[in-house]
Amino acid sequence: MDAAHTPAAMLVTNYVFPNDLHVHWSMMIVLYPYITGLVDGAFIIAALYYLFDVKSLRPVARFSLLFALAFLAIATLPLLLHLGRPERNFNMLLTPSPSSAMAGFGYIYAVSMGVVVFIILFVYREDLVELRATSKGWLQLLYRALTFDSIDLSEDARKLDQKIIRFLVGIGIPITVVLHGYVGFIFGGVKANPTWSTPLMPVIFLFSACVSGISAIILAYIVIRKAKGRSIDHECIKTCIKTLTLFFIMAFTFEMLEVFSHSYLKSGYHHMVEGLLNGPLASSFWLWQVKICSVIPLFVLGVMVLFTINKHIYNFTAAVVSALLLLQVLIMRWNVVIGGQLMSKSARGYTEFHPEWFDKEGIVAVIIVMAIPFIILFVLSRIFPFWTADNEINVK
Amino acid sequence: MKILNPSPEMDRRSFVKKVLNGTIAGSLFLAWPMGGGSFETPEEIPGIKGKDYDLLNQEFAFIVDITRCIGCGSCCVADKREYNVPDGNYRTWVERYVKGFSDQIYVDSPHGGLDGYQHPRTDIDEEIRDTFFVPKLCNMCKEAPCVQVCPVGATFISPDGFVLVDEKRCVGCAYCIQACPYSARFLNPITKVAEKCTWCYHRVRKGLLPACVEVCPTGARKFGSMKDETSEVYKILKGPGVLTVLKKEMGTFPALYYKGARREVI
Repeated sequence: MDAAHTPAAMLVTNYVFPNDLHVHWSMMIVLYPYITGLVDGAFIIAALYYLFDVKSLRPVARFSLLFALAFLAIATLPLLLHLGRPERNFNMLLTPSPSSAMAGFGYIYAVSMGVVVFIILFVYREDLVELRATSKGWLQLLYRALTFDSIDLSEDARKLDQKIIRFLVGIGIPITVVLHGYVGFIFGGVKANPTWSTPLMPVIFLFSACVSGISAIILAYIVIRKAKGRSIDHECIKTCIKTLTLFFIMAFTFEMLEVFSHSYLKSGYHHMVEGLLNGPLASSFWLWQVKICSVIPLFVLGVMVLFTINKHIYNFTAAVVSALLLLQVLIMRWNVVIGGQLMSKSARGYTEFHPEWFDKEGIVAVIIVMAIPFIILFVLSRIFPFWTADNEINVK
Repeated sequence: MKILNPSPEMDRRSFVKKVLNGTIAGSLFLAWPMGGGSFETPEEIPGIKGKDYDLLNQEFAFIVDITRCIGCGSCCVADKREYNVPDGNYRTWVERYVKGFSDQIYVDSPHGGLDGYQHPRTDIDEEIRDTFFVPKLCNMCKEAPCVQVCPVGATFISPDGFVLVDEKRCVGCAYCIQACPYSARFLNPITKVAEKCTWCYHRVRKGLLPACVEVCPTGARKFGSMKDETSEVYKILKGPGVLTVLKKEMGTFPALYYKGARREVI
């Protein structure tokens, strides 16, 4: 940046390097960290119940695991849609370059997928054994495979199941943390882009991931239970909201710390970043991400945690604040991924991004990608019931 | 005594014949010793043509002399033709810097300078102090971020120091494009793989200069071997003149040097 003359001088002509006019990482790369974030947060809820014995989370524990699996199953889809040559995607697994952060994705993804699947199979083993006994034909064959062909439900077997679940969740936590922290590092490791290049990036991504995942579980639980006309476990929602509050305070603090550090240190490309946040991103960052989707939820969460509120109002507010936070994380991903690329490496100007409707990375494709996990979740619910009875206390 | 008096037509014909014969003979006489008699390529980089190319014992450098560039755009045209570069993407481009008396810098590069800078800018209100052109291309970093981030090893540094892209291996993830501090890369809209300037590696291996260097009418682009002590780049780089690299703070250690680059150049 020694070439910069004066701060204002850099931006006057809005010169963008000719190859910087095009935004190469578009909406699919916004979705990818969003999806892995949802997986991460949902897994945290399950881990709090299965490993840290937070009993009040029992009604959503199994659902969170299935939710995590449904989204994890399509986490590679946005990446495949993004790749110029998707047919070569296995090159990343077959001939990875050890120096690249991105090369680890296939392995980390495969391991986390395996761990989540095995946790679900062990958590559901008793139900699956019972379902196996009552099912016929191909469904029975499926349940036989899913129960590892074992119908042993003795006390010892159940104890062993619990031990295995605790072990798997125990190793699952660092794996999901690595899965998402590493996504943050993919951005944080790009020194050419001053808005990405910060060691805080994996931390910001990780906490916002927990926020989005927990919010998604709260919202999905309330909506599905309401739609089915079933009761909502108030204690469970309260615990979720408290956990969400903790993670959101952390996430928002680090997001603001990043901006504050830039503006206080005034080093290097600060003026470019400042111009970006106050220029092309003024609306999506300050208005939507910070004011509407962060400050308001923070205030609401504070009230929910500190004061006693009517149960019905509390649950309704929980759903609304969760929806806002889901939006917050999506906008944050947008501002990081696409916003970061609006800044030309010429340090003299900004480009523009116009999403297309029918591109393979377009708006319609985004809607389809985000709809698929819900279809998967529906299919999973046929095999692995979210709730075995209305009385959630009996749910294993 | 009969005086022969040839017709004027005959006279003219023989004259034209003689002139033509003389011209052809003279041209051949001049052109033949210069390699015109064969279809072999000339030797533009000494020590490569017809010899075993020692991959492990090569070092090349590229120097852009900003004080010589006239912004004609010939280099960009040559490059586009050499590689059939799709419109809107640039392996190399030329920037125009205009400096006003208020020290304000105005930079532009319409079509990457492909059409040459034939007309002055009309959108600048103040009096112009100075104008100069800055050609840009791959910096051939010794610590190349694009090589580091490529997940499949499609972008690599050859043993002779060239940062190259294996288009049969590239998955088109564009991580290298994000990582390049100089924005020298793009995703080819036709092949869907990453592409960038190679300093015309295929030409260099035949002892030829990069296309842009060959066509530069003013010698603003210089290329040569640092193993050849008689090469121009060797003499400039080992000499007392001031040379700079772009974005030194990135720690990429480019093999592309700039002579006469102002501090405004990024």
